[in-house]
Amino acid sequence: MTSRKIEILVGLFVAAAIAAFFMLAMQVSNMSSYGGGENYELSARFDNIGGLKVRSPVSAGGVTIGRVTGIQYNSESYEAVVVMAIETKYDKFPVDTAASIFTSGLLGEQFVGFEPGAEEEFLKQGDVIDLTQSALVLEQIIGQFLYSKADEEE
Amino acid sequence: MFSGLIDRVAHLGAATIHSFRRLGRGSVFLLEVIASCASLFTRPRLLIKQLYSVGVQTLIIIVVAGLFVGMVMALQSYYALIDFGAEDSVGVMVALSLMRELGPVVTALLFAGRAGSALTAEIGLMKATEQLSGMEMMAVNPMQRIVAPRFMAGVISMPLLATIFSAVGVIGAYLVAVELLGLDSGPFWSQPQNKVDLYLDLYNGIIKSVVFGVVATWIAVFEGYDCIPTSEGLGQATTRTVVHSSLAILFLDFVLTALMFTK
Amino acid sequence: MSDILVKIRDLHFSRGDRKIFDGLSMDIPRRGITAIMGPSGSGKTTLLKLIGGQLTPDQGSIEVDGLNVHQLSTRKLFELRQRMGMLFQSGALLTDLSVFENVAYPLREHTKLNDAMIRHLVLLKLNAVGLRGAAQMMPSELSGGMSRRVALARAIALDPMMIMYDEPFTGQDPISMGVLVSLISELNKALNICSIVVSHDVPDTLSISDTVHFISAGKVVESGSPEALRESQSKWTHQFIHGDADGPVPFHYPADPIMEDLCR
Repeated sequence: MTSRKIEILVGLFVAAAIAAFFMLAMQVSNMSSYGGGENYELSARFDNIGGLKVRSPVSAGGVTIGRVTGIQYNSESYEAVVVMAIETKYDKFPVDTAASIFTSGLLGEQFVGFEPGAEEEFLKQGDVIDLTQSALVLEQIIGQFLYSKADEEE
Repeated sequence: MFSGLIDRVAHLGAATIHSFRRLGRGSVFLLEVIASCASLFTRPRLLIKQLYSVGVQTLIIIVVAGLFVGMVMALQSYYALIDFGAEDSVGVMVALSLMRELGPVVTALLFAGRAGSALTAEIGLMKATEQLSGMEMMAVNPMQRIVAPRFMAGVISMPLLATIFSAVGVIGAYLVAVELLGLDSGPFWSQPQNKVDLYLDLYNGIIKSVVFGVVATWIAVFEGYDCIPTSEGLGQATTRTVVHSSLAILFLDFVLTALMFTK
Repeated sequence: MSDILVKIRDLHFSRGDRKIFDGLSMDIPRRGITAIMGPSGSGKTTLLKLIGGQLTPDQGSIEVDGLNVHQLSTRKLFELRQRMGMLFQSGALLTDLSVFENVAYPLREHTKLNDAMIRHLVLLKLNAVGLRGAAQMMPSELSGGMSRRVALARAIALDPMMIMYDEPFTGQDPISMGVLVSLISELNKALNICSIVVSHDVPDTLSISDTVHFISAGKVVESGSPEALRESQSKWTHQFIHGDADGPVPFHYPADPIMEDLCR
């Protein structure tokens, strides 16, 4: 085996590994959704965020437009503060846009959904969304359902 | 009867002291190897040659194993998930398992069996045939010329091999799930794109395999360098390389998983 | 420059519980062939490794060319080793390099000569041991005697001031033995350096050496020229030179009397 051949084969090996890395990064992981594009930040206050996590998607009309980047608890207003990074190309959300926490499917992941309002003014970097609806917690719904049934039967 | 018991306790004590002594020697050896690695910058050719015999020659078994592991994973998860109507998640399940666990771990185990044992045997035979002594007497440091390039090659090759393993595994899963079982290729790719995180999953998997690379190659070169230079001693050293590195890999995998994926 | 190249004083060395050297002292002259002889297991190879600095003595000192081998820094020791050649019993050729590359190895490592110069030097050294024609062979294709000759060519590649031969005659057929014997003697004459031959092969070693040291039980038993030792009155020397089965070195390994063992 000449050293020329060895060098070529080692080169191919390294190239194959780089190709494999790019395949995993682009095709299989969420690197494509990092997009490298510009983001602007919005935040929203919820009474209860349910199972929402950092990196959960933010969508409008079913299209992912950004991701949750931070979740804190404000111990003065007793509310959860959710910070979201929204892609700059989606910058035409009216100030009275409502943010709700939905669940994809019955038991799926939770995400933040935007429902655009009607104002002329648009949300900007750092704005806070006032109109929010908390997550539906399945246990609470079932509990309420059972209580109302019991009330009916009385 | 009592003397038998005392003998046994004494034996146990001696074995414990012996293993601590080996661990101590091995640690000093690791430091020496790392210190010797600097000399590779002036002799990259040595490293390339070892990348060939440690990395390239292990590639075939890694590709074949990765393909089949991916295919089997796809089949198994398909039959488990179809009961819940969640067969669309085959892609994400296979991708996550491969990138977080199976890629680094199975690659490291195969590496210990294929390349690690060969390294031990090679260095041990060099010791038995006085080649290492011969180099020392030629005023050439065998740590720099023999051990360091092999160690570095192992540490570099492992993450490359693990990445290839995972990618090939995903392709194997795609072949089974989409081409064979007729799932839609849309969710097969889109679900992982939503759920697999570049940093948390891909990068942590690579960090794992770098750690495995250091440990598996360290054990292999140390066992070779430290072996008793007879055919029996060499055989034992080779066996120890495979057993000890496999156990170390599985143990470290647990520790690293606990550290990385606790959130 | 003194006439003594290697000066060993009160050397103590043990492996585990076994004492190998117990106060050994010896002078080895700068020119000529010095033979160190003794029965198997008397530590002859260990002595060479001590001189080369691969082992460290428990006590005592070894000076080579005025330098105390075991107090040198690693860098200085490596510089000293470049001036020492050592021929291992097995040859210790690097099995992944050809004969040519093996001989070229020390030159490539320690000199900045260009390829053409190295080629010339290697071919000259190989010619000196009669193996120029085998330059492109691999070590696995060589016989034991040829390997040792290649190793010898490699040992003289850097023109050392001394060559140590570890059991050069062991396991050789009569022809390659004769080749090695005359090679050692002629090389020493041609290069006018110090050769240290460790061996237990009596007739051939005595025939080429200028001084002989007999060692046993960790000490020098007797030293002198081969002629003087042949005439020696020492019973031990007589037994070793003539290979008698019984004598000061007993036939029986130390044991209890046989009747005690059998009746146990």
